[in-house]
Amino acid sequence: MTSYDDAPWVTDGAPRLRPYAVTGGRTAPTRRLALETLVIAARTLPRVPLTPEHDETLRECRAGPRSVAEVAGRLGLPVAVTKILLCDLLDTCALILTAPAGPPDPTDPYLLEKVLVGLRNL
Amino acid sequence: MSDYAISDDSFVPLKIVIAGGFGVGKTTMVGAVSEIPPLTTEETLTAASVDHDSLDGVPEKDATTVAMDFGRITLSAHHLMLLLFGTPGQKRFWFMWDHLASGAIGAVVLADTRRLADCFAAVEYFERRGLPFVVGINEFDDAYHYTPEEVKAALHLRSDTPVMCCDARATSSARHLLIKLVEHAHARSVAARAAPPAEPAAEAGAASASESAQPVPTSPPRSPA
Ligand SMILES: Nc1nc2c(ncn2[C@@H]2O[C@H](COP(=O)(O)OP(=O)(O)OP(=O)(O)O)[C@@H](O)[C@H]2O)c(=O)[nH]1
Ligand SMILES: [Mg+2]
Repeated sequence: MTSYDDAPWVTDGAPRLRPYAVTGGRTAPTRRLALETLVIAARTLPRVPLTPEHDETLRECRAGPRSVAEVAGRLGLPVAVTKILLCDLLDTCALILTAPAGPPDPTDPYLLEKVLVGLRNL
Repeated sequence: MSDYAISDDSFVPLKIVIAGGFGVGKTTMVGAVSEIPPLTTEETLTAASVDHDSLDGVPEKDATTVAMDFGRITLSAHHLMLLLFGTPGQKRFWFMWDHLASGAIGAVVLADTRRLADCFAAVEYFERRGLPFVVGINEFDDAYHYTPEEVKAALHLRSDTPVMCCDARATSSARHLLIKLVEHAHARSVAARAAPPAEPAAEAGAASASESAQPVPTSPPRSPA
């Protein structure tokens, strides 16, 4: 029987070197982003030179809105590291937040009705 | 955040959590309903770093990488994006669950009748948190067939908590679970808005409450079926 706590997807003490290198040694994002925050690439090109990781991040966000969680998954980088890269791109206006109005109310009946209609029409 | 331009491609993100015990089919379900192949999203966490995003000063030995499944469903006509998160199963990652449950529509708890006790923790957690959830009995081929009513009784669920059989591998079945969840969340929300609050935890404010870890029992006071 497999133990609950030996699950294979947990890696304690994962190597930290690469993430730090990717963010140029920075350890904190310039603003608070949530896992579900959506960003999309701006139509204008960034005015500053980009690192390969920034480039890759931007590419992921060209096709449509992408959540922080999805970008992190695609880049294969921890969420905290991804947030730093995303903030760089937001700060240079290469990325845009798609819902600046703030988090939605997930108990809003009207919103939930729209979700239901959408799901049933899939 | 108003210092950034507003995009035409404005979408509202809504989270749904897929929970349950080890090997119950969480990743399978995310993959069955997601419009993209499921991704693994990693958070590097310590208990101390949950409330802020700083990587600074986290001793390497205390850092744990928690992996969750990620998938999405875009409802373009409504400018909504459903974000599906498969939880890490271990009890020691409760704080991670708080992170995911905060602001979520609700949760699907997958149950395997061969190991029903494995989902007690998830059921207990979402009940305490007041987050709407449905239970999907993921029927494995060699499992004894229990009816939803039997499972509901064994889990001591509130009578209005939907329980249904499912196949997490099948898109239609997995999607049906999501629809049930949203119907349930909608019904609860309408009832809560119509009536004076009976359960503070179920109120609208709870969902957007602090993301900090709440005390959660590690051994739920439920007896196995
Ligand atoms: N017969 C049957 N098998 C299933 C079903 N759902 C999942 N499985 C199988 O069960 C196994 C475990 O499924 P996963 O989706 O990896 O489960 P999980 O909950 O993500 O597992 P962990 O992340 O390891 O906790 C896989 O081999 C699936 O193919 C189902 O509805 N019926
Ligand atoms: Mg899994």
